[in-house]
Amino acid sequence: MAQTGVISQKAEAIYERQSPAREALRRLLRHRSAQVGMALLGLLIFVAIFAEQISPYDPTKIIKESKRRTPPCIHLLGCPKDQPQHIFGLDSNTRDLFSRVVFGSRLSLQVGIASIGFAILVGGVIGAVSGYVGGWTDNIIMRIMDVLMAFPSMLLAIAIVTVLGTGLINALLAIGIVSIPRYARLIRATILSVKEMEFVQASRALGASPLRLLVVRILPNAFTPLIVQGTLGIATAIIDAAALSFLGLGAEPPRPEWGLMMGEEKNSVFNAPHLLIFPGLAITMTVLSFNLLGDGLRDALDPRLRGGSAS
Amino acid sequence: MLQFLARRLILLLPVMIGILLVTFLIVRLIPGDPCKAMLGERATQAKCEAFKERYGLNDNVAVQFVRYIANMATGDFGTSIRFTRPVVDIVAERLPMTIELTIGAMIFSTIVGILLGLLSALKRNSIVDTATMILANMGISMPVFWLGLMLAYVFALLLKDTPFTLPPSARFTAGIGLESLIKFWNLKDVTGVKKFLIDFLSNLALTNALITGNWKAYWDGVKHLILPSLAVGTIPMAVIARMTRSSLLEVLGLDYVRTARAKGLVERLVISRHAMRNAMIPIVTIIGIETGSLLSGAVLTETVFSLPGVGTMLVQSILARDYPVVQGFTLVIAIIFVVVNLVVDLSYAYLDPRIRLE
Repeated sequence: MAQTGVISQKAEAIYERQSPAREALRRLLRHRSAQVGMALLGLLIFVAIFAEQISPYDPTKIIKESKRRTPPCIHLLGCPKDQPQHIFGLDSNTRDLFSRVVFGSRLSLQVGIASIGFAILVGGVIGAVSGYVGGWTDNIIMRIMDVLMAFPSMLLAIAIVTVLGTGLINALLAIGIVSIPRYARLIRATILSVKEMEFVQASRALGASPLRLLVVRILPNAFTPLIVQGTLGIATAIIDAAALSFLGLGAEPPRPEWGLMMGEEKNSVFNAPHLLIFPGLAITMTVLSFNLLGDGLRDALDPRLRGGSAS
Repeated sequence: MLQFLARRLILLLPVMIGILLVTFLIVRLIPGDPCKAMLGERATQAKCEAFKERYGLNDNVAVQFVRYIANMATGDFGTSIRFTRPVVDIVAERLPMTIELTIGAMIFSTIVGILLGLLSALKRNSIVDTATMILANMGISMPVFWLGLMLAYVFALLLKDTPFTLPPSARFTAGIGLESLIKFWNLKDVTGVKKFLIDFLSNLALTNALITGNWKAYWDGVKHLILPSLAVGTIPMAVIARMTRSSLLEVLGLDYVRTARAKGLVERLVISRHAMRNAMIPIVTIIGIETGSLLSGAVLTETVFSLPGVGTMLVQSILARDYPVVQGFTLVIAIIFVVVNLVVDLSYAYLDPRIRLE
C-alpha cells in the first residue's frame, strides 16, 4: 500500500515535469526579461483600469487661472505648498499632464490590442483559407500579401489613412490592415506543415469534417507562434499608432493620446521639455513591456527558437 | 548568379503591378466624388466635368489603370493640385533629403550596431554585454520621433556652448545655401530624365556641396544631418546589434571555428576571416529588412527636425488633400524599398553560395 503511494507520487512528479503547459509557464516565470515585462505591463493595466481614481484632474479639463506650460510641481520635492500640485506640470492648454498621461494608457492598450486582434482575426481567416484550400486560391492570396509586405509598413498605414480619412479608429484600422500579412503567413505556414501529419489524417479517416479538422486539430498548433508574434505585434502597433497621431493623422484633440500629446507640443521642446519627456517615457515603457514579454514568451513556449534569439 | 538575378526579377513583376494597383487605388477609393475631393467642395459642375474629362475619370476603371501604368512608366506622375506643378519635380526636390537621412542613419546603425553586437558576443555576460542588450531593448521600444526630440533637447540646449552642440533643425544654418547644378554647370534647355537627374543631384545637399566645392555648406550640412541620423538609426542599430550578437554566438560554437583556433590562428583572424563571414548572412538580411524602418523613420523624423524631405511633404499633402502628390511619393518609396530588398537578396546570394544554387 505504502509502496504504491510512493510510486504514484513519483509518477505524479514525472507527469508534472512533463506537462508542457506547466513547464512553459515555469520557464516564463523564471525568465528575467519576461519578469520585468510582466511587472511593467501589470502596472500599466492597473493604471489603465483605475485611471479615474489615480488622476487628480479631468484629462481634458482646462485649469483656469494657471500659467501655460508650468513645469512640474511636486510638494514632496520642495514645491511650495501654496501652489497646486502637478506632478508632470501643465501643458499648453493648461491641462494637468499627469492625468493625461494616466488616461493615455487606456487608449494605447486599447489601440494595440484592438488593431492586432483585428489583424489576427482577418489574417487568420485569410491564412487558413490559403493554406487549407491551396492551389490557385493560395497563390493569389499570397501574392496579395507579398504586395502588402512590399511597402514599408508605416508608409502603407499613412496611405490607408489617406483613403479612410484621419482619426483614431481609422489609424487603428490602418495599422491592423498593415499587420494582416504577418499573421496570414504564420497561420498558412502552420497549416501547411501540419496538414499532412498522421494525427490529422487519422482524424480525417474517422470522418471529421474539414471545419472540425481545421479548428480542433490544425489551428491549435499555431497558438504558440501566434501568442509570441501577437505580443510583439502589439508593441509595434502602439508605436505606429502614436506615430500616426504625432503626425496629426490619428487621434484628434483633446484626446489624451500619447503620440498626439507629443505632436501638439513638439515646438515646446526647448522651453517646456517635460511636456515631451513624460508621454514619451510612457510610450517607451509600454512598448518595452510588450517587447520583453514577447521575448520571454518566445523563449518559454518554443525552446526550438531559443538558439535564434540567444539572449 | 545571372540566372538567380533573372528569376528574382521575374518574381518582382507581380509585386510591382500590385504596388501600382495599390497606389492607383489610393486615389480611386477616396469616398465621394473624386472631383470634389480634389478641387474642394465648392467646385462647380462645369469645372468638375472638365476635370473628369482631363484626367480621364469618365473611362472604364481598367482603362484608367492601364493608362496610369503607362504614365508612371514614362515618368509622368501627374500634377500637384496645391502647387500646380508636376509631381516629378517635387519628388526631385524632396526625395534627396530623405535619401541623405536614410543613408546617414544606415551608416550609423550598421557600424555601431555591428560593433556593439561584436563586442557583446565576444565579452558574453560581461557588463558591456548586459548594457548593450538593455540599450538594445530600450532602443527598439522608443518612438523615433520622441528620440529625435530628446536628442534635439540634449544636443542643442543642454550641451549649448560646449563643443558637442549640434543644430536641432533645418537643413542648413540660415544664410548658407547651395546653387543648383544646372546653374553651376551653365546648362541650358535640359528637360526630361536629364533634368530630373540633375535636379535630384542638386538637391542631394552633400553631393552638391562636394561638386561645387562649397566646403562651408558641406560641413554645415553634415552637422545638421547628425542628430536626425542618430534618431533614425537608433532602432535599426539596436536590432542589428542583437542580430550580430546572436548570429556570432551561434557561429562561434561551430566546429570549423574550433579548428581555426586549434591550428593556432590569432583570435582576431578567427573572428574576422572565419566567424564573421558566416555570421554576416543574417546580419545583411536584417539590415535589408531595417531599410524599411529607416525609410519610415526618416519620414517621421523630418517633421521633428523640420527637414524638407518626403515625410513633411507627404503629411502636408494628406492634410491638404493633394492626392497626386501622396500617390507619387508612396509609389516612389515603395519602389525604392523593393529595389533595396532586391539588392539585399542578391548580396545574400553572393555571401551564401547555397542560395544561388538552390
